[in-house]
Amino acid sequence: MSVEFDRKIHTTLADANLQLAVYTATGRLKEKRIEAVSDAWLPDYQELRTQAHATKKHAIENLDYYLEEFERNVEARGGKVVYCKDATEVSDFVLALAKARGSQLIVKSKSMTTEEIDLNERLEHHGLESVETDLGEYILQLAHQKPYHIVAPALHMTRYDVAEIFTRELHVPNETVPEKQTLIAREVLRQKFLHADIGISGANFLVADSGAVTIIENEGNARLTTSAPKIHIAVAGIEKVIPRAQDLAVFLKLLARSATGQLLSVYASFLSGPKRPGEVDGPEEFYVVLLDNGRTKLLPDRSKRESLYCIRCGACLNICPVYRKIGGHSFPWVYSGPIGAIITPQFMGVSHEPGLPFASSLCGACGEVCPVKIDIPKVLLELRSDVKKSEAREGQNRLEKWAFRVFAWVMTHPKIYELAGRMAGGMAPSGDGKWIRSVPAPMNVGPLKAWLSERDLPPSPSKSFREMWRNR
Amino acid sequence: MGNQVSLFVTCMVDQLFPKVGMAMATVLERLGYRVDFPEEQTCCGQPAYNSGYRQEARIVARHFLKTFEASETIVVPSGSCTAMVTHHFAELFQKEPETLARVHALEKKTYEFATFLTDVAGAEDVGARMRDVVTFHDGCHALRELGIRSAPRRLLAHVEGLELREMLPAEECCGFGGTFSVKFAELSGAMVRTKIDAIIQTGANTVVSLDPSCLMQIQGGLSRAGSSVRTMHLAEVLASR
Repeated sequence: MSVEFDRKIHTTLADANLQLAVYTATGRLKEKRIEAVSDAWLPDYQELRTQAHATKKHAIENLDYYLEEFERNVEARGGKVVYCKDATEVSDFVLALAKARGSQLIVKSKSMTTEEIDLNERLEHHGLESVETDLGEYILQLAHQKPYHIVAPALHMTRYDVAEIFTRELHVPNETVPEKQTLIAREVLRQKFLHADIGISGANFLVADSGAVTIIENEGNARLTTSAPKIHIAVAGIEKVIPRAQDLAVFLKLLARSATGQLLSVYASFLSGPKRPGEVDGPEEFYVVLLDNGRTKLLPDRSKRESLYCIRCGACLNICPVYRKIGGHSFPWVYSGPIGAIITPQFMGVSHEPGLPFASSLCGACGEVCPVKIDIPKVLLELRSDVKKSEAREGQNRLEKWAFRVFAWVMTHPKIYELAGRMAGGMAPSGDGKWIRSVPAPMNVGPLKAWLSERDLPPSPSKSFREMWRNR
Repeated sequence: MGNQVSLFVTCMVDQLFPKVGMAMATVLERLGYRVDFPEEQTCCGQPAYNSGYRQEARIVARHFLKTFEASETIVVPSGSCTAMVTHHFAELFQKEPETLARVHALEKKTYEFATFLTDVAGAEDVGARMRDVVTFHDGCHALRELGIRSAPRRLLAHVEGLELREMLPAEECCGFGGTFSVKFAELSGAMVRTKIDAIIQTGANTVVSLDPSCLMQIQGGLSRAGSSVRTMHLAEVLASR
């Protein structure tokens, strides 16, 4: 584990206010999800999950076919599809287009994919203004922070934090009522929408058979982003493609419920192509940027490519006892929680943060709530094995490797195992049957020290089970 | 099926909580089973597997297979170690079809203790008596890999004098997670304190679980917090009279 990862975990655990904010907010989302998928509201929930998994599996296994179908259908409706292999290619495309059309101001709706490639920073670096219009994302942009959560980006902030940021960045009087804060943001953002040259959105689904980009949201800002400016660019990972419009019947039922506990989101937009002759609303130019950025690296491995089934609902974050303690910013990349723990090492390489797949108690709650049934714990275990293989190649962590070799040897030699147990038992303080709070300094090292830093240790019994069994 | 069962007590019970193993044998014998303890047994290999050392886990799993292959039925006082055998051994031997076939045979005769009682022995009332207010902690692997939810609760419901009070939530992890508990000690400690808050809110005197490892984590946390709440394995409760 890197020092940085360790430090961020420690800092988050030590911040009592943050602990309360994150635990409360995730708890609320978690409870709402449980109710929304309960028998009373969604009796066929498990069948829908199975169906969603099967559809994603099919789409990912036939990705080339569906991407080409999607592209044909987008272009048939007058849109353009642009394939980009990485962040630079995306920003180069947007910059070139902005230059050609003389664009200055960009409005953006929420998109983890654009966060993944630092699109705002890249565009601003070249003198463009790119404004987030989702309330949570807007707050974060003002605060110069990355999203804390896949669905609720400013989940860690209280309304008092927001008041402070607005006062500092927008020079408005201190306002702590959330509804009034929303009005402040709306005032600013409406002007941006009216004057924006380009709208950049993400995409929840790319529907192959109709060439449509589907966007799910609650605030209506995505609808404005994609219809008010003359140019709309949707940026999406290639894994977002699904075969048919009718598949949405399954995914839309699962997505809002899993994400926020809503039966359906407030808005669901289906966007295909620029406005047609005679239409009043809509952009004049319509582009879909399809991003790889490491995704194709996941395709060869049967179980690991399940990671690409993710529909970014965030349910695994809200249920995760680790995420709820260490929060989103402890994670090494924009994707946090259990899904972040499996996609980060695969996109960025396992040595990007070798501790990440190990930062899990493998409780399995993530896999249980995943609406597309990604076996997250299984992928974590495989990534752990990948980390160890990579360490062995690099000659790192030799002591641990040696310890597990000894472990395997001892565990296959029962007499040695028994002797080792007796020796360890003889050295360990008996505690007179009471649990042990501390051990003498020379013993207080390594795993024992780590255990005792938080918990007491069981006293060593006078006899092992096998000794008791022999004597009975 | 005959009435011979082999105990796999797990390395943790063998070395740290032998009374759990003895209690399990007592309950099984009271139900008329003949109980044996294959002496060659050590560990299921889960520590190596969960730490990413698959080769080392495979070596230990092979030893387990050899030790228990002749057994008719294997009963384990741990959801986690049972799941290692029934859900993860196969993963280790994907490239060895012959071993894999032996693993599949082993999977069919390996049972977590509570499920063995309810599903195989057909016993919910084992004649136990314990005057106490208890709460039940669902071990994650028992709950999510083996799907055990009602078996231990049905068994507890038949213990004379015992009152079960559910904690909220019962299914949230205690934060043990094997080597996770020492690799991420501070985080693991924070997780067990949340668990302990839920336990204390029930007003129960005793926390019962199917997994010695969860109980070690929870008791370690309770003891550090100066709480008088104790932990007991389900087998110890069911052996009480």
